[in-house]
Amino acid sequence: MSVFQDESRLLAPPPVLPAREVSTLAGLRVVPARHPGRWVATAVVAVLLAMVVSSLITNDRWQWSVVAEYLTWPSVLTGLWGTLRLTFVAAVIGFGLGTVLALMRLSRSPLLRSVAWGYTWVFRSVPLILQLLLWYNLAYLYPVLSFGIPFGPAFAEVDTLSIVGKFGAAVLGLGLSQAAYSAEIVRAGILGVDQGQHEAAAALGIPRARQQLRIVLPQAMRTIVPTSINEIIGLVKGTSVVYVLAYGELFYTVGVIYGRNLKVVPLLMVAAIWYLVVTTVLTVAQYYLERNYAKGALRTLPPTPVQRLRWTVLATTSRLTGRELPASVPPAYAPRAGHLVRTGGDR
Amino acid sequence: MTAGLVEVHGVHKSYGTLEVLAGIDLVVQPGEVTVVIGPSGSGKSTLLRVINHLERVDSGFVAVGGEVVGYERRGDTLRELRERDVLRQRTRIGFVFQSFNLFPHLTVLENLVEAPVHAQGRPRREVEAEARVLLERVGLSDKADARPRQLSGGQQQRVAIARALATKPEVLLFDEPTSALDPELVGEVLDVIKTLAHSGTTLVVVTHEIGFARELADTVVFMDGGRIVEQGPPAQVLDHPRHARTKAFLDKVL
Repeated sequence: MSVFQDESRLLAPPPVLPAREVSTLAGLRVVPARHPGRWVATAVVAVLLAMVVSSLITNDRWQWSVVAEYLTWPSVLTGLWGTLRLTFVAAVIGFGLGTVLALMRLSRSPLLRSVAWGYTWVFRSVPLILQLLLWYNLAYLYPVLSFGIPFGPAFAEVDTLSIVGKFGAAVLGLGLSQAAYSAEIVRAGILGVDQGQHEAAAALGIPRARQQLRIVLPQAMRTIVPTSINEIIGLVKGTSVVYVLAYGELFYTVGVIYGRNLKVVPLLMVAAIWYLVVTTVLTVAQYYLERNYAKGALRTLPPTPVQRLRWTVLATTSRLTGRELPASVPPAYAPRAGHLVRTGGDR
Repeated sequence: MTAGLVEVHGVHKSYGTLEVLAGIDLVVQPGEVTVVIGPSGSGKSTLLRVINHLERVDSGFVAVGGEVVGYERRGDTLRELRERDVLRQRTRIGFVFQSFNLFPHLTVLENLVEAPVHAQGRPRREVEAEARVLLERVGLSDKADARPRQLSGGQQQRVAIARALATKPEVLLFDEPTSALDPELVGEVLDVIKTLAHSGTTLVVVTHEIGFARELADTVVFMDGGRIVEQGPPAQVLDHPRHARTKAFLDKVL
């Protein structure tokens, strides 16, 4: 008899909650947990933030009107363009050459491997400012550059100074030293790709160049992109070192202006604001680049900030007006009273 | 007619001081199914990897379809082939990995199309049409635009089989194709492999699925310690093993 009872209990376990209670629970309002510590911390930070903002506004030594005046001054904009141009060309040289160096480091030829290693060693060791001055003095070492057969006759000759001027020296210095760093970033990215991917590509007989470009590098990009953007942001600010060559980039231009009108702080703020703007644009670009290369690595991509904002607005208006929520909004954005199960908030 | 014939002659292979293959001789007839079994570390996987030259042999040679893999015969010398030519040879030998190794950033269809178009230089349109037929054969025609990580393990392995078939290989090598799968997904992959048996392509399957070997194999090969201990039809090797080691292994797995 007892055995029979045991069996029946196994087959139909009693419900944890009586049915009556389940139906009342389903109708109750959900009150989120309280966090008093969080409120105190928020208040402290808010006060500190208010102090900073108020001092920025009330201390007229900041001379915000002067900042506003010079922010779009033509020569400042020209300087900004100089900075962007330098960054762009140096980044292209840096990452182009860096990728080649990384592939050389990973090649099977000992000579290619050691040359790539030696390059990274030299260009990482010598300070950038010294490299810039060296390139600027290239014309002293080699007044004339000639193109022709190695150790043989030359077909064409050019004056070094006409090629490697201020811009040329700046781009060479920044780009070549950047290549040393990007080579390591690209190499780390390639090494991070699962060995099985290389093997599968080889087993399918895909040509070697195609294996690297189509199979390995796109997967390596996932780890290459964040550090690379970091490097490019470093490069944007690194261009300010080029002031030693008196090349008209943002920092040098601003310096020239405050040398004349002695409004040092406001003009430094002008430069700071522009560097901030450029970095912000790059940070947004990083977000979308990362998202793009996450395809295939994640089952579903996380929503973009724009999507999240749209869904929040839609969910709020629907709660206030009682209008039906569009089906495109995920359920996590539409919490309703009476739902016991709430999906996690920290996404 | 030697297409699909696999010959392994006196193959030795060591990793450092560890001899993984200690003199392997094996002939697989065209279109037949050969199942390789044996304890882990017996050299089964290395044998497969040697057949398509993912591993280089220390001595001996492997020939597929009458052509030496990784080398070219000129008079009485064997010259090592350049990587480009080895890659071309590999399109005749399909390989299915234990861990699938699908390209996660490409869609299922792109995974299938990559090798026929870029390794064999065939027209994309024709290859894509064939790829869709292959996906239908493995029961995944609705997944052409999905990415591998959106699929279950069993589905991924079926895609990997379709990808290996896309270059129309004469030999297909399976390296423990079901070992990374949850038990309930093993059946669907074995079912796909069964449809390939005796369809003209030579199959060499390394597996622990003894039932599969019994049902499908023309020849069962038992390996241990880098050597082939015995081989023969499944009824003989699996039911009346001659060697004590074979018997001991089968007692453990059955």
